[in-house]
Amino acid sequence: MRVLTAIWEIFTNPAFYKLTLTAATPFIFASLGGVYSEITGVVNIALEGIMLMGAFVSIVFTAITGNPWIGVLFAIFVGLGMAWLHAWASIKWRGNQIVSGTALILLAQGVTGFLMEPIFGRPGQTDIVGKIPELRIPLLMKNRFLAQSIGELSPMIYIAFGCVALAWFIIYKTKLGLRMRAVGENPEAADTLGVNVYMIRYFGVLMSGIMASLGGAFLSVGEVGNFRELMTGGRGFIALAAMILGNWNPVGAMWASLLFGFSEAFANQLQSSPMLHVASSTKPLFNMFPFIVTLIVIAGFIGKTRPPAADGVPYEK
Amino acid sequence: MSSKLWAFVVPIVSVIIALLISSIVIVLIGQNPIVAYTALFRGAFGSKLAIASVVIKSTPLILTGLAVGFGFRAGLFNIGAEGQMVMGAMIGTAFAINVAWMPAVFAIPLTMVVGMIAGAGYAAIAGFLKAKTGAHEVVTTIMLNWIAEYLSSYVVTVPMGVGFGTPKSPEIANSTKLPPLITVQATELTSGIIVAIIAAIVIYIILEKTTKGYELKGTGFNPYAAEYGGIKISQNIVLAMAISGALAGLAGTLEVMGVHHRFLGTLSGGKGFDGISIALIGQNHPIGIIFAALLMGSLRTGSNEMQFAGVPKHIILIVQAIIIFLVAADRIVRTMFIRKKKVKVS
Amino acid sequence: MEKAVELIQIVKRFPGVLANDHVDLTVFKGEIHSIVGENGAGKTTLMNQLYGLLRPDSGEIRIFGQKVNFKGPRDAIAKGIGMVHQHFMLVNTLTVAENVVLGSETTRGIIFDLKEAQRKVEKLSKSYGLQIDPTAKIENLPVGMQQRVEIIKTLYRGAEILILDEPTAVLTPQETQELFSILRKLKESGKTIIFISHKLNEVMDISDRITVMRQGKVTGVLNKNETNVKEIARLMVGREIVFTVQKPQAKASDVVLRVENLWVKDYRKLDAVKGVSFEVKKGEIYGIAGVAGNGQSELVEALTGLRKPEKGKIFLLGEDVTGKPVKELRERGMTHIPEDRHKYGLILQYPAYYNMILGRHYVPPFARGDFLDQKKIQEFTAQVFSQFDVRPNNIKMLGMNFSGGNQQKLVVAREMSAKPKLIVVSQPTRGLDVGATEFIHKALIELRDTGVAVLLISMELDEIMSLSDRIAVMYNGQIMGEVDPQQTTIEEIGLMMAGHKFEEVRRF
Repeated sequence: MRVLTAIWEIFTNPAFYKLTLTAATPFIFASLGGVYSEITGVVNIALEGIMLMGAFVSIVFTAITGNPWIGVLFAIFVGLGMAWLHAWASIKWRGNQIVSGTALILLAQGVTGFLMEPIFGRPGQTDIVGKIPELRIPLLMKNRFLAQSIGELSPMIYIAFGCVALAWFIIYKTKLGLRMRAVGENPEAADTLGVNVYMIRYFGVLMSGIMASLGGAFLSVGEVGNFRELMTGGRGFIALAAMILGNWNPVGAMWASLLFGFSEAFANQLQSSPMLHVASSTKPLFNMFPFIVTLIVIAGFIGKTRPPAADGVPYEK
Repeated sequence: MSSKLWAFVVPIVSVIIALLISSIVIVLIGQNPIVAYTALFRGAFGSKLAIASVVIKSTPLILTGLAVGFGFRAGLFNIGAEGQMVMGAMIGTAFAINVAWMPAVFAIPLTMVVGMIAGAGYAAIAGFLKAKTGAHEVVTTIMLNWIAEYLSSYVVTVPMGVGFGTPKSPEIANSTKLPPLITVQATELTSGIIVAIIAAIVIYIILEKTTKGYELKGTGFNPYAAEYGGIKISQNIVLAMAISGALAGLAGTLEVMGVHHRFLGTLSGGKGFDGISIALIGQNHPIGIIFAALLMGSLRTGSNEMQFAGVPKHIILIVQAIIIFLVAADRIVRTMFIRKKKVKVS
Repeated sequence: MEKAVELIQIVKRFPGVLANDHVDLTVFKGEIHSIVGENGAGKTTLMNQLYGLLRPDSGEIRIFGQKVNFKGPRDAIAKGIGMVHQHFMLVNTLTVAENVVLGSETTRGIIFDLKEAQRKVEKLSKSYGLQIDPTAKIENLPVGMQQRVEIIKTLYRGAEILILDEPTAVLTPQETQELFSILRKLKESGKTIIFISHKLNEVMDISDRITVMRQGKVTGVLNKNETNVKEIARLMVGREIVFTVQKPQAKASDVVLRVENLWVKDYRKLDAVKGVSFEVKKGEIYGIAGVAGNGQSELVEALTGLRKPEKGKIFLLGEDVTGKPVKELRERGMTHIPEDRHKYGLILQYPAYYNMILGRHYVPPFARGDFLDQKKIQEFTAQVFSQFDVRPNNIKMLGMNFSGGNQQKLVVAREMSAKPKLIVVSQPTRGLDVGATEFIHKALIELRDTGVAVLLISMELDEIMSLSDRIAVMYNGQIMGEVDPQQTTIEEIGLMMAGHKFEEVRRF
């Protein structure tokens, strides 16, 4: 009974919806990255690593310049660099895309850990160096519920939803998008019509770099204002699951991201619920929740959604 | 060049390139790479104690390397050795705490078996999901890694936890502790290394000499042809994941039995991920994996000394990343050689 | 007459092969010019150079008298060349209109203008009599329609010269006639057509002139009106070929395989086999003819245990084996030569001697308990290699390093040497040269004469006609009728392949 009351409290609390949006945003960014890359036929499990780099770099440049937006900008540059490495290995050299992605995750963990001391003077985590201020929408402040749920949000959350619309537009409404879909499905056919398969795939992978680094930057300068080692904590992989659940469609990926954001926020709220008095030693059990949800979703939905036919297959002329 | 020769050239060249690129990184933070690498070398081989700790560090790495390598041979990318190792250690400990009454002749092998079963069962979840639904093992084992991580940090504080400060389990029964081979100063070089080497030999025999190995490798190369040949794909996927997980679980159990003598929660510290680099450097060959694990073990051991010289030991992760990257896109290395050859001819 | 295409002294090498050896080819504007040759004669390689997919090592290409140097298909398209490939180059998940305009899209600003694309496709299809629905998804279209999309694709790009690479391989005789009337219409409107084929009757039907190739060289350029099938065949093969296989009368007896009302779904969960029943007897070759994609693959997969049937029964030697796994079927004496030897037949990364035991790797003499007996395996492989003349005679060579013909011999040798009671043979000679084809045909008849039941599935009507003792024709997942090859004609089978029931056909 107590548990049900606690759950009711959570659902009626407007802050829970804000937390859901906040938790979903990194998934939205990163799963869009997955969509951009895989729709052209390149599997990118490096999302996790690119996010971590994005989180780190944005904090570094925020610390240097004092402006978190400049931090985000540099995160994008570095995300592009990481994505370019993946593209180079998997498109030009036709390497194993999953192994290359794993290498980039390790690279991100190595580089971020390695630079902590030289830059911030200590390992582990940085001080709070600054975050992007929240955007207050006066129109929404009139109603208490709306005010506390979506009245004041990080502008990056709006950007995330903007990116969903943009991705949908690019993929389904432009000539570039038609080519991306064709290349992911049958690169040979596209090639014979003079479509530059390599260039389209580079574009897809580079876009995934931008998106994943934005997701990472949101975790640090968007949400908490500092960087912790390994702070992405598997979110890149959850984003991949969101992409699968969303059937490789940007809008679908957004809904799946919201679902995963919801489960993360729910687990967090439940363990800190004043109704339940969860001991701090039991909290790890709640942290398992989003991962279990993801596992169940993947097991239940794979096979029911359909990946691009040439996903993960290197193209050789 | 023949494919056998490439199997040596690609990893060796990758290691060299990785060390070269990393030295540039070291220069960038204002340190001297020669000093750093000298410290690394001294840290790994400078004393008997150093060599002993290389062997100690390499023991679980041989097993996680075998775990990942065995998976690769069967066409599976087991990125979850990390979680399976934790499960092996955790459940192995739970068993080992409670068997003080049992003589060591039984207690030691039984504890190992329990740890292997734990790892195998945990990995088999991912195998089962792949066989049943097609869920990619990379994504599922990553999820399982996180679940194992949180589960173990709960178990080590609440049901198993003892004392104050760092979460830890009680000490395992004396009868389940591995006997040391030799003791260098206060450090015991445990007999775990022998178990690891035996495991490598067993895996070699399974892969190369048995009908099961024929089926597993066949499934890895071409699942369609394997199925056509009457090989049951789903069964083999689950079995391959289970064997892979058993090796990782054994790695975790041996850490408890030979080194820590208790469960410390997330003890793995990236050893599961090291397994990926080790398998790739060792070209998924059990004997190659032993040497690759020794290499990685010396890098890990030496990196502590390097840290004292002012170079964060995370550089080892960067080295690994570059190695994996170059082995993934092995055409880069091959092309370097082919170009060189052409230059010589003209 | 104006020369549309001139290829002059084209040389193209691949590692270990001289694919085109100083080839000359002249095609006049407004003619239908056939290029004939066996598989591996270099026809497709030559055309891929004309289309810019490959670049010649030496030699010259001229289009309408102008020397060109194509860096890619884009350049060739710009010069008015269009190609319909043997394997369709279509994106299955996109619509007809999207496929047609891909690469030179209709746009409004940065937006892709789908409506305009559909209008243009409609216009093209009207003016050349190529009926098609521009909004249909490719994966929902039958093969013949997909080919039309390919032709429209080239016309949309303003092709004046059309290359068709083996376009009839996937068509029924009737669909082929429809294609030919489209080609004639295109010719009337001034288009130049290059038609690649190895089916000599069709070549004689449609061409104005014919260039024959053998082993990378041109062996003859002929006017259709001044030649005949025999002459072309001699130039193509280099010797007289026997068009019919000599075989003694079958001594069919007991039923080995009985199929009753079998239903099978394909990978998209759509019905592919819809209530098929037939019997195969000891000592006969039972042929199943039909155009690709009419449920044959699913039928074979269901029979051989690779796919679970939905409904119906399969009996092997009188026992119900419906839905039994491959392993058990093999143990009961069924072997299988698969249609796709790369996907199913071989583990390319395994040496030949490991490939030779696939399916029997766990039974003596190849295994002793759980261990492989390397010595016995290699001895057996060496013996089978010499019996089936697999070349090179190196049992340790990896599967991937054998030529296509020898890979197929490897598979055939393995499945035949397993002493089957029933052998399911699917497309046994696809992509093989005449020598290897003859060898495999002879081996199948010998196997039949030792009392094995043979189920032969082939898209090659000639193969079915010359080998089978009884023929069934499959269309849209059903058997249209069963005929005796002695008492039927190509036309009759053709009509059934196009979906007419046997009873209707006989009434015509």
